[in-house]
Amino acid sequence: MLTIKNLHAEVDGKKILKGINLEIKKGEMHAIMGPNGSGKSSLSSVLAGRENYTVTEGEVIFEGKNLLDLSPENRAREGIFLAFQYPVEIPGVSNLNFLKTALNEIRTYHGLAPIEAKEFLKLTKEKQQLVDFNANLMNRSLNEGFSGGEKKRNEVFQLAMLDPKLAILDETDSGLDIDALRIVAAGVNKLRSADKAFMVITHYQRLLDYIVPDFVHVLYDGRIVKTGNKELALELEEKGYDWLKEEVHQKESV
Amino acid sequence: MTSDKSFFDFISNGLPGPELRKDADNAILPARQLAFSRFRALGLPSVKTEEWRYTNIQRFLKDSFSLAQEEGTITAEQLKVVNTKVPQLDSYTAVLVNGRLQTTLSNLPAEGKVSISTLSGAANNTQLQLWFDKHPHLQQQPFAALNAALFADGLFIEAGVNASLDKPLHILHIYTTAENAFIQPRHLLVLHKGATLEIVESSVGLNETAIAFVNSVTEIILEENAELWHYNLQSSEKNSRHIYHTSTVQKADSRYHHFNFTLPSAELTRNNLSVALTGSNTETNLHGLYLATDQQHVDNHTFVDHLVPNCNSNELYKGVLLDNSNGVFTGKIHVHQDAQKTNAFQQNNNLLMSEKASINSQPQLEIYADDVKCSHGFTVGRFSEESLFYLRSRGIGEEAAKTLLVNAFAFDITDQVHIPALQDFLSEKIRRYVSGAINN
Repeated sequence: MLTIKNLHAEVDGKKILKGINLEIKKGEMHAIMGPNGSGKSSLSSVLAGRENYTVTEGEVIFEGKNLLDLSPENRAREGIFLAFQYPVEIPGVSNLNFLKTALNEIRTYHGLAPIEAKEFLKLTKEKQQLVDFNANLMNRSLNEGFSGGEKKRNEVFQLAMLDPKLAILDETDSGLDIDALRIVAAGVNKLRSADKAFMVITHYQRLLDYIVPDFVHVLYDGRIVKTGNKELALELEEKGYDWLKEEVHQKESV
Repeated sequence: MTSDKSFFDFISNGLPGPELRKDADNAILPARQLAFSRFRALGLPSVKTEEWRYTNIQRFLKDSFSLAQEEGTITAEQLKVVNTKVPQLDSYTAVLVNGRLQTTLSNLPAEGKVSISTLSGAANNTQLQLWFDKHPHLQQQPFAALNAALFADGLFIEAGVNASLDKPLHILHIYTTAENAFIQPRHLLVLHKGATLEIVESSVGLNETAIAFVNSVTEIILEENAELWHYNLQSSEKNSRHIYHTSTVQKADSRYHHFNFTLPSAELTRNNLSVALTGSNTETNLHGLYLATDQQHVDNHTFVDHLVPNCNSNELYKGVLLDNSNGVFTGKIHVHQDAQKTNAFQQNNNLLMSEKASINSQPQLEIYADDVKCSHGFTVGRFSEESLFYLRSRGIGEEAAKTLLVNAFAFDITDQVHIPALQDFLSEKIRRYVSGAINN
């Protein structure tokens, strides 16, 4: 589904990604871990098309298309979804109107008619129950005055509504207490399916207690320095990141 | 007029007293003469005049204009065109062409406690005699004086004690002229005790080549406990220039809700909105939204005069500016020494969608009472890149994303509109405005 080859990117002339290689297939759950500043969130930003990032080398192929040629909205329409680490508050735009606009823009792109009001309401209700999102928040302005937990749950709710092929969760666990974390993780687990893939970016292992990954990649200094299964996450929890950093530096000095 | 004669000279010298219009048995001729001397004394404002600092009005008066104020007629076909430009409401309608009521094109309420007639026909009405050109704030305004001296006609609306209508009244001001013309309509609304009205005004210019310069005055009297919802939609074409004066007097316990929407694309729009609070416990809500494109110049001057204690005024003006457009906002609040327990709030927010658009905003708070709550604020900004990216990351294209954001920006104002069809009309206008901005 997604193939990243030798991806290099920079921000304001500063090199952030220095040769990422990654292959994600349908149905897989990939966790991206790593110390602060290793480039985890930058990777998600580059994939979603944030404009202040410049790709200097490499390519990203998503479902046979060159992702880097597409605008952010067309990436979303092709099936990429980024759950933000810091969802934006937009006063005056109602959650429902926002979702309806998004759904219809995606449908138009695929040559489909706008969704019927009735069908939209049905879908909204179904997904809101599925991911346990408070119905009272749906008529409110987008994320305005939402608690940290409510914002993250809204991201998962949007994910459920827009039904992408690849969902990237950027530190969705940050700022959540354990109860909120469980609810968010349960929502994500319900959305897992054989034809969907996930990339979960997290600093801590605890999210992976609830969302069990097929692969764990460790990002350090803009590169994936180690790949393993869920056991690797446990090892990192126990030993921290320092041993990996040392390994990398030793290799470089050799 | 010729190039060596200014507009002022043209009017002052070219029109001695006798040429002032004669109304039904000249009942208001003395008032017209008085106003004409006032205009002469005040002179034509320039950028050196404080109130006109950011609006070089002389630039807009350089062309030659006819003062004849032709009657102007429109066909049913033209009315259809007008109807595509104004909101379609479940309402009564009063159609005016160049300030003159067209009864056959209108749909006025049956005769009752709310009477709608022409100003010229009501010259002997005691209310008109009582209120005509009496508003204190009109006395210092040269164009209001000029209007009083030379106006052709307009509406006189009187709502009796506790009167109301079952539907809003939509007043369509249509301006059309074959040659450049200086058109001066004048209206007077008197709401007696406890009366309630909902009025939507739409101004539409039909000119394709000639310039219509419209200098209008609307005087509004709200007697005790009267309430007026007053929407003013300004959507004339390019070669229209407008100075609108709206001057309201509020007596005790009255409520005035004013909405001013300036839409593309008249070259000049100057609004002089002033409210004098002469009785206690009043409520005044002034809302303004201006969307400007091209070289449009939109100037909103507002004045809330707190003369007595215990009055509340709340003012919110928002602007979205494109291309080379200019915005001006001057909000004056005067709290007199006696006006204790006044609450007066004012806010002006602007969204600039182009590097070349500009806004000059100045609050003017003069507070002489000590037990009051007053505040003012001004912001100017551009689209939040983060908000735009968030929307785009959900599959929403740039145009739809910006439409959502401009609608969101205007929401505080449009949400206060009590007529759903009018809300829909405005959000459609906003959609087209943003779409035009992006696709140009």
